[in-house]
Amino acid sequence: MSNYDFIVPIGPQHPALKEPETFLLMMSGEKIKGMNVRLGYNHRGIEKACEGQTYIQDLYLIERVCGICSHSHASCFAQAVEEIAGLELPKRALYIRTLIGELERIHSHLLWLGVAGHEIGFDTLLMYTWRDREIVMDILALLTGNRVNYSINTIGGVRRDITTEQIPQILKAIDTLEERTKYYAKVATEDTTITARLSGIGLLSHDNVLKLGVVGPTARASGVKRDVRKDDPYAAYGEIDFNVITDDHCDVYGRTLVRVGELMESYKIIRQVLAKLPEGPITVKAPRKIPVGQAVSRYEAPRGEDLHYVKSNGTDKPDRVKVRAPTLANVQAVAEMLKDRYLADMPIVVAAIDPCFSCTDRMTSISTADKDDKTFMSWPKLRTYSIEWYSRQGVDFSDLNKKFKAPGI
Amino acid sequence: MRWPGRMINQVLQSLFKKPATSSYPFVKAEMPEKYRGKLNYHPESCIGCMICVKDCPTGAITIKKLADKKFQCEIDLTRCIYCAQCVDSCPKKALESTKEFELAGLNKSKLKVIFNAETCGNSEAKA
Amino acid sequence: MVNTLFHIFIFPGFLFACVSGLAAEYIDRKLYAKMQNRIGPPWFQPVADCIKLFAKEVIIPQQADSRIFTFVPVLAFAAVLTSFFYIPLWNVKTLSSFNGDLIVVLYLLTIPTLTFFLGGWYARSVFSMIGAARSIIQLFAYEIPLFISILAVAMLADTLSLSEITVFYSKHLWLILINLPGFVVAIIALIGKLEKAPFDTPEAETEIVAGSFTEYSGRPLAFFKLAIDMELVAGSSLLAAIFLPFGLNIHPVPGFMLYLIKVLFVVALISVSRTIFARLRIDQMINFCWKYVAPIAFLQLVLDLFVKGLIR
Repeated sequence: MSNYDFIVPIGPQHPALKEPETFLLMMSGEKIKGMNVRLGYNHRGIEKACEGQTYIQDLYLIERVCGICSHSHASCFAQAVEEIAGLELPKRALYIRTLIGELERIHSHLLWLGVAGHEIGFDTLLMYTWRDREIVMDILALLTGNRVNYSINTIGGVRRDITTEQIPQILKAIDTLEERTKYYAKVATEDTTITARLSGIGLLSHDNVLKLGVVGPTARASGVKRDVRKDDPYAAYGEIDFNVITDDHCDVYGRTLVRVGELMESYKIIRQVLAKLPEGPITVKAPRKIPVGQAVSRYEAPRGEDLHYVKSNGTDKPDRVKVRAPTLANVQAVAEMLKDRYLADMPIVVAAIDPCFSCTDRMTSISTADKDDKTFMSWPKLRTYSIEWYSRQGVDFSDLNKKFKAPGI
Repeated sequence: MRWPGRMINQVLQSLFKKPATSSYPFVKAEMPEKYRGKLNYHPESCIGCMICVKDCPTGAITIKKLADKKFQCEIDLTRCIYCAQCVDSCPKKALESTKEFELAGLNKSKLKVIFNAETCGNSEAKA
Repeated sequence: MVNTLFHIFIFPGFLFACVSGLAAEYIDRKLYAKMQNRIGPPWFQPVADCIKLFAKEVIIPQQADSRIFTFVPVLAFAAVLTSFFYIPLWNVKTLSSFNGDLIVVLYLLTIPTLTFFLGGWYARSVFSMIGAARSIIQLFAYEIPLFISILAVAMLADTLSLSEITVFYSKHLWLILINLPGFVVAIIALIGKLEKAPFDTPEAETEIVAGSFTEYSGRPLAFFKLAIDMELVAGSSLLAAIFLPFGLNIHPVPGFMLYLIKVLFVVALISVSRTIFARLRIDQMINFCWKYVAPIAFLQLVLDLFVKGLIR
């Protein structure tokens, strides 16, 4: 953060970022001397909104935290609530959840390959991988009824079943995708212009990964073997045989290899799930009022470890829901990765952690030792402050309460 | 073997293949069965339990009682998120999802669909 | 008088240059799309873009120098247009020629790059200045191999006038094969000059928004875009005239078709290279040009010296 000549603001609106965040780069010529990150542009108040809706309604709200990892968030939340309620899910529901989760991982990694190609100026890779991603989206539309935001979870199981006619279609799609993925793996490893842009960029050593708390493929590319599906198996992962892909390159190239390797593993997992799919019901009756309790549940989203905390108070609405998305853990490592690198490396380094800023922007309270610190406001104080501020701008609150009627009865 | 331009084979083959893009407005896009599109309401099956209204995440559906065993359903398409939770919650299967997804329009009043049980059968007063 | 006006405004001046520039942009984008398995834009897309840009409001940043800001696009446009007068298209005769017009054409085709630099620098916004600096740095990398390979060909023909070069080579057609390494070098250098992938860091969309063109809008941007399109055709015609000077003395209409095919060939090569390569960083680009491209250009020079001695 020393001698710099000028500041390049990357964001909030910038062609490199798909979602708004600000990365203030302190530059000297083409070299980056330091970086400042400002988050929070996508804060929508989801955690607070969850407290005013029932658990069933919250499933759909939590699903819309992110478009690409929607099933991860919904499943994680459903798992937390089911743990509080003490529900035992039927095996078929767990297998179907796993199947949709792996299909989502395929779609997310193919999307990432395209985005990485776009950031290094190789639009052909973008067009080809996103063309193949359409195959996955069509399968998901067939199975769940929508291409994004699958909504297949419900408290106590899944909402839709897989028929026997759909299984050969899924297998055929997986075969096509596997052949195409092998081609992309070949292109990514053997094309010199791509490897010149990806190798040696965004270095993050093994020790830094552990120190900064990085999760997901970003961590696995530095040799840290951490995967919630193996460390803490949920859904059907305890009964399926698969490998955790790690790599020792510690740079963006390693992260590419990890994600392509995970694609191949996903195809393997899906074939096993479809072969071993047990018969039985797909849901268990869940009570409307969840008993008092709290639970933390973890899920391996395509970007890393997703954490949900749910606290219930015996009614049909949760008391507190907290979401910690994987990108929040990874975004702090970007400053470390960009030390003494060029401006041209910034887009691909940010893209390599697979940022999903919609997932990230929740409220984080930092409590300082000094309780009189003016920068730290409690919730009631924040509410009165914002009402006063808006009243000064001329907003009439009595009229607003009439316009927005609360959902449900 | 590492050399630049690895994709040249596929790229040159694509020159002669059909494009992967479908010219959408001129070629209709067909959604699979059980696609969660616009809702459809069968007033003869509805018993007025209002579970669908309670479970809707956005408050898009309202059921109004017109007479004994006759109900009117109003769906606000601007609020509906097409999650089909009401379809699952209904104990009498009075709601179903259709495959219709081209619902954009310029007139907001047209986006409040009322399924009126007053005229015979299942006719939409405004569509 | 009427003849001169016709040559300046219709052919091969204003109208022909603009129409062929827009057509070349269409062909480039259509090929690019087809190779990526897409449909691509319709034939009137570049014309529509031009008309739209002319109709838009011009917004000049407050800290920019508005006189230079609005003047340099016109300068780029004029420079590329003037170069058309000296390049032999399908005939060995050009509009006007004199000994040394090869140097003039090369200089005229360098002016657009300088205008990108000036426009970006005087826009005084962070992204424009970085893009402008990258433009000039890239100039140092590709300009020298381009000049050396073209001058090698001219040296073999013993003249610096474009039309006389084409006359010489029409008489000794087999010498075209000697100049093929120079052709490869010149294509790579032309990709650098036109700032297309893999050498498009001055305009890298994902890093610096649009480089020198970030603050441009409306008419100045339309002039810049037209200048770039015409530079594509002018550069391809120059390369076709120097490295592929065969079939230049046949009847006008098939001769014109042959010229169009040659230009199409060069444009297609540029489109293919845009599709299959990723963007190189500025330091990688300079390394590549000085390590691999410049030695081949020097080799071409030596080869031509050798062959010249042999012919004598």
